[in-house]
Amino acid sequence: MRVWLSPIVLITALIGLCLAMPLLEPVFQWVQPDKQSVIYQRESFLFLLQNHVMLVLISATIGTLTAVAGGIFVTRKAGRDFLPLVSQIASIGQTFPPVAVLALAVPVVGFGEGPTLVALVLYGLLPILRNTLVGLNGINPAVREAAQGMGMSPLQVLVRVELPLAGRIILAGIRTSVTINIATAAIGSTIGARTLGDPVIAGLVNGNTAYVLQGAILIGLLALATDSLFEAFERTWDQRFSPQAAGA
Amino acid sequence: MIELKSVTRRFGNITAVDHIDLTIETGEVCVLVGSSGCGKSTTLRMINRLLPHSSGDIRVDGEDINDMDAQKLRLNMGYVIQGTGLFPHWTVARNIGMVPDLLKWPREKIDARVHELLTLLDLDPQTYSNQYPHQLSGGQAQRVGVARALAADPNILLMDEPFGALDAITRENLQLEMLRIQRQVRKTTVFVTHDIDEALRLATRIAVMDQGRIIQHDTPENILRRPASDFVENLVGKQDRGLKLMGLRPVRDLMTPHELPRPAEPGADGLNEEDSLRLALSVMLWQDLPQVAVFNTNGEETGVLSREILMQGGA
Repeated sequence: MRVWLSPIVLITALIGLCLAMPLLEPVFQWVQPDKQSVIYQRESFLFLLQNHVMLVLISATIGTLTAVAGGIFVTRKAGRDFLPLVSQIASIGQTFPPVAVLALAVPVVGFGEGPTLVALVLYGLLPILRNTLVGLNGINPAVREAAQGMGMSPLQVLVRVELPLAGRIILAGIRTSVTINIATAAIGSTIGARTLGDPVIAGLVNGNTAYVLQGAILIGLLALATDSLFEAFERTWDQRFSPQAAGA
Repeated sequence: MIELKSVTRRFGNITAVDHIDLTIETGEVCVLVGSSGCGKSTTLRMINRLLPHSSGDIRVDGEDINDMDAQKLRLNMGYVIQGTGLFPHWTVARNIGMVPDLLKWPREKIDARVHELLTLLDLDPQTYSNQYPHQLSGGQAQRVGVARALAADPNILLMDEPFGALDAITRENLQLEMLRIQRQVRKTTVFVTHDIDEALRLATRIAVMDQGRIIQHDTPENILRRPASDFVENLVGKQDRGLKLMGLRPVRDLMTPHELPRPAEPGADGLNEEDSLRLALSVMLWQDLPQVAVFNTNGEETGVLSREILMQGGA
């Protein structure tokens, strides 16, 4: 239970800060004395946070399902030929700068959340796919041979042996992917997605440092909270599936 | 019974196994021996269909294995491999209970079976059930590997150099354990090794393989006495044969028995009926004895073995 303490504290702090931002007006007044409005008010922070989290959550779900399914497919006998192709596609996704993906997506999907989602999915694929491949290929071949040789069906080998053993590494890939995407989603504000990037962009355009700070602090806090959530997840996973890592 | 008829396996242009014929009778231990790359592991892996055979027939109890469901076939064959292949994320008990679990045995029956097997393999169930594989020594891990293979009481046991990675002492202990267990459970066993001494010790019959062919398939004694070719002769060690033959026979064969077993004098030194003649010779040479007392497992003296008889009839 202790492992869940720090994510709970961080999440509470994040939501609390979203609600209590107007109370900090004197502080931001001091940062930016020459402006009338120092608290971003076009949208509530809670709404922006919610939208930001939804974008990341949806893209992470799609990205994880696609990448894990792809990784499993190319490590099966039937899909082995596609292994180079799949890893190539994933790395191309990563070499594109996020802004370029956003810009390219606009003419196809239009402005707003759609193109941001496309960019986030593409962007989040590689770390997960790469870790899925590393995890599955890193399993001691004797273990797989024993599982198969003792009568497990291919599906049983996958579900009972391969995924639990590779899961820890796949989880680490998802963690990396989500952390990157929390930052990338903020850039989605430039093409009209409503995220915690909004105050940052507005602040940059109007020369209002207070807005920039408010957005940046919340994005940072969100990243920290998410990361500690994954940390807790990984610990729990270790206790359940990786006795070696947990030092049982 | 396992029958291989003209079985061939090709990898591209290379013929790994070349038209071999081999019959393994029910309850016997057939050891495939040869240097690495001779096709012995390939042969073993074709029996449980981990590798398909290119041509020929493999039958288990008269049924062609290609007509059987691969999973069903394997569930009835215990499989032990060199690296143990234990599942690192499962406890010892869960590892051993794997095949019964696949066969959907009820929980209590699996637990009882795991307990029974740990005891059979000389591992304390209380201590080891809940340990993980990385907490075991190499020898213990391989015992668990053997237990796992025996779990659902399969008719056939396939062993691919199971003791190859262990140190000499542990290996010998496990070989003796194998002989003891085999006397109890009588599994039809196919055992692959490159160690001729291991083969001589464990086998009912040995199949010597070289370059994908079986050079000779015979009892250990016949392999030693009448090697079919220079290759076999070199493999068993030309000059060493006398001692190896003595290694095959127990002291009981040549001892002069007493009419009635006598209680041993305290501190008396001697041999066990089950010890090999080779060991008897060694003891006599080292202690310079003309004869040595033989005891049964209860510690009673049942006879004596003299140096003369040993020299005449040993090999």
